Order: sequence, then C-alpha cells, then structure tokens
Amino acid sequence: MRKLIGLIAFLAIIYVLLLAADPGARLAANHFNLGRRIGLYGIISLGAGMLIITGGIDLSIGSVVGLCATLLAMLLRGDRFPRFPFKGWLFDQLNAGLDWLGGLINFPQHPWAAILLVLFTGMCIGLINGLLVTKVRVQAFVVTLCGLFIYRGISRFMAEDQVKGLGNQFGELKTILYSSEAIMGLPMSLVYFLVLLMIAAVFMHWSVHGRYFFAIGANENAARFSGVQTDRYKILAYAICSTFAAFYGVLYLMQENSAQPSSTGNFLELYAIAGAVLGGCSLRGGEGSVAGLVIGTSILVLLPNLSLMLGIPSALEYTVIGGALLLGAILDETLRRVGQKSR
Amino acid sequence: MSQPLLSARGISKAFPGVQALRDVNLHLHPGEVLAVVGENGAGKSTLMKILGGVYTPDTGTIEWEGRPVVLNSVDQAQRLGIVLIHQELNLAENLDVAGNIFLGREPTWGGPLRLLRARLARDAVPILKRLGFDASPRTRVAELSIGQQQLVEIARALSLQSRVIIMDEPTSSLTQRETDRLYEVIRDLKRDGISVLYISHRLKEVETIADRVTVLRDGRNAGELRRAEISHEAMVRLMVGRELKQFFQRHRHEVTQQPVLTVRGLRWQESQAPIDLELHGGEIVGLAGLIGAGRTELAETIFGIRRRVSGEVAVNGQVIPIGTPNAAIAAGIYLVPEDRRSQGLILDQSIRSNISLPSLRRLQRFHLVSFRRETALAEQQRQDLSIRAPNVQKAVRLLSGGNQQKVVLAKWLCRNPRVLILDEPTRGVDVGAKSELYALMDQLALRGVAILMISSDLEEILGMSDRVLVMHDARIAGELSRQQLSEEAVMRLATGAAA
Repeated sequence: MRKLIGLIAFLAIIYVLLLAADPGARLAANHFNLGRRIGLYGIISLGAGMLIITGGIDLSIGSVVGLCATLLAMLLRGDRFPRFPFKGWLFDQLNAGLDWLGGLINFPQHPWAAILLVLFTGMCIGLINGLLVTKVRVQAFVVTLCGLFIYRGISRFMAEDQVKGLGNQFGELKTILYSSEAIMGLPMSLVYFLVLLMIAAVFMHWSVHGRYFFAIGANENAARFSGVQTDRYKILAYAICSTFAAFYGVLYLMQENSAQPSSTGNFLELYAIAGAVLGGCSLRGGEGSVAGLVIGTSILVLLPNLSLMLGIPSALEYTVIGGALLLGAILDETLRRVGQKSR
Repeated sequence: MSQPLLSARGISKAFPGVQALRDVNLHLHPGEVLAVVGENGAGKSTLMKILGGVYTPDTGTIEWEGRPVVLNSVDQAQRLGIVLIHQELNLAENLDVAGNIFLGREPTWGGPLRLLRARLARDAVPILKRLGFDASPRTRVAELSIGQQQLVEIARALSLQSRVIIMDEPTSSLTQRETDRLYEVIRDLKRDGISVLYISHRLKEVETIADRVTVLRDGRNAGELRRAEISHEAMVRLMVGRELKQFFQRHRHEVTQQPVLTVRGLRWQESQAPIDLELHGGEIVGLAGLIGAGRTELAETIFGIRRRVSGEVAVNGQVIPIGTPNAAIAAGIYLVPEDRRSQGLILDQSIRSNISLPSLRRLQRFHLVSFRRETALAEQQRQDLSIRAPNVQKAVRLLSGGNQQKVVLAKWLCRNPRVLILDEPTRGVDVGAKSELYALMDQLALRGVAILMISSDLEEILGMSDRVLVMHDARIAGELSRQQLSEEAVMRLATGAAA
C-alpha cells in the first residue's frame, strides 16, 4: 500500500513538472497523445504484470506483437502465404498443408473474423509457452526467449520480409479500433485499456482465480499443497499475456496502417516488464497490483516525454527509463531494509 | 572448579514474532562434554549459532577464558577456536575429504592442482588417523556415509586448532554403529582437552556421553544437572516443566468398526513393495521410522501430490480417482505437510488468506470471493485454535512456529476433515503450543477424525498414538499395539533389525 502511494506521488511529480516545463504539454493534443500511448503500453503491461504476479515471465511479447500484426495485415489484404522452398515428400506435404490452411483463412471473410483469428493465434502461442513451462518444465525465461526468436522468424518468413500496409482500405475497422475522433475525447486504445483494466482488477483482486494467481506467485508449493491446480493457472497466465500482446498487435496495425515483420514490436516485452516492475510487481512473484500496473505504465510513458521537454536529447530516452527503474529498485530495497530493522 | 573456557552470560535474542532466548547463561570448562537439551523451539540451536558466530545476541556477553569477546562472524569464532558443526552438514560434495578439511585455507600457491591436492591429502592423514577415519583422504565426500561425513566435519574442526566443538544434533541421521563411533571420538577429544557442546533431543545419548547437562525451556535456563544427577526423568521434568504423562493428553474411546481410510497396494516407485493401510475413525495412528524410510512419501502419495505407480486409496469405501490433491481434498483427506514454511504456508500473506486458500471456492459467488465470509471463517479459526495474533490480517511470517502450525491446521479444520495426515506436526514448535496441538489432536480424534501422525519424536509417538506403524526402507516393517509399544520396539523395527 505504501509502495502504491509512493508511486502515485512520483507520477504526480512527473506530471506537474511536465506541465510546468513546457506550455505545449498542457495542450489537449499532447494529453490525447499521452493517453493513446498509455493505453497501448498499458495493455501489454497488464498482461505481463498478471503473468509476473504468478512468478512467470514472457520475453516473447514483442515478437508475438510483430507476428500478430503481420498476420492480420496479410489476412485483411488477402495475401498468399509462402511455401517452403524445398523439394521432397515431407515439404510437399507441408506445403499442401499450408495451402489448405491458406485456403481456409483466406476464404473471403469478415474482417472481424480475421481479428478473432489473430487473437486466437496469440492465445495459442501463450498456451504453448505455458505448456512448455509447466509440463515440460523448461525455465520460463528460456522458453519465451526462444519464442522471441522463433515468432519473429515466422513473421518474417510469412511476409517474405515485406512491409504489409493496409492502404486506405478498412476505414470502418480503423474507426472502431483507432479513431482520431474517439469516444468522449479519449483515444480508443485508452478506452480499450480501461475496459481491460477494470476486468483485470476484478479478476485479480476479487475473484478466486486472482487469489490463486497471487498464491502461486508467492509460494507455488504451498498453493499446490492447498489443492490449487497450479499448472492450469500458470498456463492461463501465459495465455492471457500473449492474447493481450496479440490485441496490442491489432491496435498497432490499425494505428500505423502497416506492419513491418522484422521490427514491429521490437523491445516491447522489455517495456511491458519495465512497466510491471515500476508498478510494484516483484519478479519473484506474488506481489503487485493492477492499480500499480497503471501507474507504472503511466510513468513509463510520461518520463521520456518529460525528459524531452526538459531538453534532454531523445537519444537518451532509454537511459532515462533505465535510470528511473534502477533508482526505484534501489529505493524499494533500501526502504524495505530500513522497515525490517525498525521492526 | 577451573575457570570456564567459554561463558555466555545473560544472552537474549529475538526474531520477528518470537523471543528465542531470554537471559540465558551457559559455562563450558576445558575438556568437558556439556549437553544442551530442550524441546524443539527451546532455543538450543539459536544459542549454539550465537556461540558459533552465526547470530549476534541482542543483549548479553560472551567470555573466552574470562575475557569478554565479540563474535560477529563465523570466522571470528573459528579464530578463537570455536567451531560449529551444523545439523545439516556443510560439505562440498564434489571435493575430496582433504579438500573439504582445508576448504578456504589451501596454500595460496600450491603448485599445479594435482600436486596441491596430494599435499592436502598428506596433511589430512594425521588428523584423520586421530579420528580413526578409515577411508582415503582422496575419496569424494559424496561417496561417504553420513557418519563418515560427520567425521570429516570434525576433522575440519580439529585442523582449525579448535578448542570448542559445537555439535548440533550430530546423530540425527547416523546408524547405531556410527553413533558409537562418534562417542569414541568425543571421548578422545575430551582426553585432548577439547570441549564439546552437544545438542540433542535424544536423551539416551545425553545420558551416555554428557558430563553435565544444561536444560533450556522456552528460551530460558530451566536447570542444570551434574554427571551424577543425569537421568532421563530428570531431564524430561526440566524440559517440559511437568511430568510427561500430563503433557500428552489422550482420551481413550471406541473407534469406528469400518475403516475410514483404506489404502491397498500403494506404490510410488516401481522398486518398492506395495503398502496396505487402514485407518479407523477416532484413532490416532503413529507413523514412525528413520529419516528416508518413506513416511513423507507415503503421506504425499495418499494425498495425491506425489504420483502413484499403483494401488488405490478409498475413503469410507469410495475409491478416490488418481491425480491431483483435489480428489483427496474433495474426499476429506487433508495433509499438514512436513515443511511448514515451504509447503504449508504463504509466509508473506495474511492469516486470513492462508486459512481460506483451500476453501476459496466455497466462499465464492459468481467467481468472486466474499471478503466478509472469508474474514469470518478465518476469525472463527483464530478463536477456536487460539492463534496468538491481534487479528487475521497479520502476515503469517510474523507468527511463532507454534502459531504458524495452527494456521496450517486451520486451513483444513474449517472443512471438517475425515482423514488428517500430520507430517511432523510439532517440529519447531515451542512447548506450550505443543501441548495445545496435542490437546487439539485428541479432540479431533474424539470427534471421529482418523489421524495419521508422522513423527520422528519417539516420545510424541509413544504419548499420542493408539497404535503405531513403523516404516523401514519404503515398506511398513511392523505394527505395534498400545500394549507392545516401547521406544526399543519402535527402533528395532525402524532400523530393520526385526526383519
């Protein structure tokens, strides 16, 4: 609780400094822009945070975003999927399978079906990550690190390393998922984030399942001895995280109008994890809150904005974020120790 | 009497939630074997760790040959000549014997590794000879028996020119032969003027080896016995502060005709013989055996947290499906695990969250947990079990061992157990809470719960059980009725002597 108050205070200070530093920052347009970025980052931080609370980690978020954005672009454009450039019985069979799949998904369908398919793909990736971690017992760090490479490779192969743009089609879709008009002056990504946020808050803090998430993160063994189906819940956490990443990919494509298979989503997993950690999640698991995640993400978005306004070169953006994160971690640890001594 | 070599005066030490030691005094003379005895949680280990430089006391002084000294680290204690041998041996298993004896003190430049190791082995020979150690100093420690490993620890202490060797439960995993060997070594050390502080809860051993006994109870000095006064009864009287018979409360009564729990042909590894077992409602069955006999494995397999290879478990005649603990929990079989801190509790969470964890699904409506009902449930248990905490919001980490154990029990007691498996239920629990736990077990049995109590504490087994099953080498070596029950009978079965 005290941690949360400290974070809110920190966020408030950044915000006030931001307003004081530059009159341009006070404009509605800047707020709109900040809100949109908070919404986007917030979605992946939320997924990553819920996973981190169970003691897991996902390094493949950025690649999943890239894969899902590329996949959606190709589905909407009705692109053909590539074939394996090899001969032989095995590859013939594989290519036949790909054609069949391609035919299936390229069947002229409603764009919303494409979006659902992309979200489903994200969920499946999460399920695979979760199964590898729980059933095969490979370390989460390793599983998702491999995922980072594998999914990036797949999206590049799939798109033959070409940028996939949407042109000026799919206006209706873009309006709903990313509109410059927006609802009540709020950017769409922020609206979606707020909806997910409320669901996540209820899920994590009031539902039985959220309680299990925290129990597993704090002491998986004790949760198991209490009859919690730990594997099932851990897999669920991975699935949530990857589905949220897929959703980010969808929103990103609508906003940017194109997906770049080799770079879309790069480093996003680190932003997601940084947001969660800034928001008070412990990588040891069992600690954190949805409110903290929001604040962590907001700090992550406001901080570069502030440093820019203060005249710090934008090349130093990463350094500022890293420095803030490190400072927070040092402060947290020091306060913890002081707290323990005084007890 | 001569001047004490090592004295502790007015030592106090507190940990979060527990006052481990209060104003404790202890004196050790040269060439003396002083036994420190006390119940689990009496403060023996804490006191030894203070003397060994692991902990620093909150108040009090330590004197070495009459001069006050400060022991801030293990290193400082070792330089004075005090070495602590932990209950769990601290050896580098992949190094050889000589390497372990001189670990951290190898000559800075010993030449090529092979030569260095040969030299260390040569240096180790006289020390090992003194202890009657029969294996080569080049043997890897992992290949030694526990008894031999113990000797390596003692050899290490000797090589440090120690004058005080503290042994914390040295025989807890030794065979009888190895224990006898250890006695001989201790007598030799004594002859050389080395003092030994001997911690044990095995009173038989203390009778054999000690020159003097200091008894701790609840972190205080409870009394001291000189050589002539040492007897089993005298020590127990001082340890528990009352007669043993009152300590264990058991009301005898009828048990159910039909067994509540039936285990048939249970195996958790291919290589073992199948295990059969029956528990009746209202009885407390002790499950005794040495460490590694498979008692915990049996409990975990019945509970379903360990995969079974074959066999079936039934409650009131209904077979429980194989799989997760959920099936056992649904049938009313609950396990209070051996390791409270890592298996029983989420230390950083509150009493409320810990108690409600297995029952959350009962407290839900539309998947949401009713905070009010959850708090009421936990509060009820806090009062029923008199868990000492101002309210149920307090983190479990801050409770004493006894109260933590009550929280683990409360997790299951709020769900009306049919079969309760308690794995070492009073380990690390102070005497007061212990007798409360015994009273609670007695009450549960009266209510018709079938209790399987795993314990390494023979007095507890003898005091609480209606009958006792003894395990040896992953099978039930024998059953003892109330009439047949004695420490000797249990140990005979546990060591496989009767087979």
